Amino acid sequence: MELYEGGCDLKLLETLEGHSDRVWSLAWNPATGASGTPLVFASCSGDKTVRIWEHTPSPSATWTCKAILEDTHTRTVRSCAWSPSGKLLATASFDATTAIWENVGGDYECVSTLEGHENEVKSVSWNASGTLLATCGRDKSVWIWEMQPGNEFECVSVLQGHTQDVKMVQWHPSTDVLFSCSYDNTIKVWADDDDDWQCVQTLGEPNNGHSSTVWALTFNASGDKMVTCSDDLTLKIWETDNVQMHSGDGYAPWRHLCTLTGYHDRTIFSVHWSSGGIIASGAADDAIRFFVGNKDGLADGPSYKLLLKKEKAHDMDINSVQWSPGEKRLLASVSDDGVIKIWELVSLSTGNGY
Amino acid sequence: MDRCKCNSDLSSPKHCNIERLRDIKDPEHPYSLEELKVITEDAIEVDDVQSYVRVTFTPTVEHCSMATIIGLCLRVKLLRSLPSRYKVDIRVAPGSHASEASVNKQLNDKERVAAALENPNLVDMVDECLAPSYG
Repeated sequence: MELYEGGCDLKLLETLEGHSDRVWSLAWNPATGASGTPLVFASCSGDKTVRIWEHTPSPSATWTCKAILEDTHTRTVRSCAWSPSGKLLATASFDATTAIWENVGGDYECVSTLEGHENEVKSVSWNASGTLLATCGRDKSVWIWEMQPGNEFECVSVLQGHTQDVKMVQWHPSTDVLFSCSYDNTIKVWADDDDDWQCVQTLGEPNNGHSSTVWALTFNASGDKMVTCSDDLTLKIWETDNVQMHSGDGYAPWRHLCTLTGYHDRTIFSVHWSSGGIIASGAADDAIRFFVGNKDGLADGPSYKLLLKKEKAHDMDINSVQWSPGEKRLLASVSDDGVIKIWELVSLSTGNGY
Repeated sequence: MDRCKCNSDLSSPKHCNIERLRDIKDPEHPYSLEELKVITEDAIEVDDVQSYVRVTFTPTVEHCSMATIIGLCLRVKLLRSLPSRYKVDIRVAPGSHASEASVNKQLNDKERVAAALENPNLVDMVDECLAPSYG
């Protein structure tokens, strides 16, 4: 955080147009951005397509749309996620299916279609080893799929428990514990005991939880903290005991650490924690906000403060913000305005990114 | 620029939202929302500076099953007529519906609204309510 003592700004690097409807989500390919591999990300839209974007470094240093994945989903594509190897892309759609795409020499082929949800699929997430996939949707269920040889997927569990529309699923970064958040205002934690998946914890109002729809959740780099964002206009930070989590019992309970109130005045749709510890939020007031934790000397643990608010980052609601992987720390944001923006957070005193 | 009866121009939401919303037909009865007093002029709050609109409507009966459809019609009409910078909140008048909180939550969940508007049957119903009536 000392890097920003002199203040910081969010510098717009590029604005990407192409989608013909709102852009709901984006996902950076985790296998890009390092060792000379140019950064790649996928964006998905209400126009029923997914676009793949690649960064061309010098000399023109720009982003090109390398592929458009179309004629597969018949409704809005709501969410997408790359496998950890970067070889497969899963796309979740309101058409109730999840498609799996493989990059075959620059062309993307749909190699599998996962069916089962009764209606709109809203989110998809791969576990850290790429062996499991999770999906969720308006039918209130969370599905866990296991990857088989030949890019086939077998459903290993259908998890009931949420009482309403499930907005997002996210695997823990280092253990096979699954998290989901919902229109029912809760966050649920799911773990398996010898392939029998159960809800092991529910974080609701009694646990200092949210009072309205929880839209997204994200983990810090070490996986012992998570932040959730909500229609209740707050961000909540939760923590767990990392030692216990990795001890082999598979799961350690989460507890509320703090609530960031008064910073947002409209629904917060997205939140993402960078590997360097900066939390970015994207909201329905068209602004991007950044928060950092202060570790110094507080008996109760870290407190979080607003680092920067970028107003009018887009012309309409921001649906997703995602930090890039790799060496250069960029932030991508997507919006109802149909546009994708690539940003860099720079320190005003040094002019450099962090 | 078209002029409204109150002499403000029709492209400004400040005075003329009632012009946009008054003729929406009720999904169940052969009358407009204004005729049924489901929507009234003072139930529309506009802040031009903040680009914000809030519409409060009163369903015809407390258990009105059409509340979400009416809310959807109001939202679609405003979506089609307001500049995209506007933020719109729709709600039922406090105390006017048995499931007030639940209806309000659904009406203001952008993702639920988007999914509903991809349902051809719902879109047909909304278009029917929004169609101008002649004679």
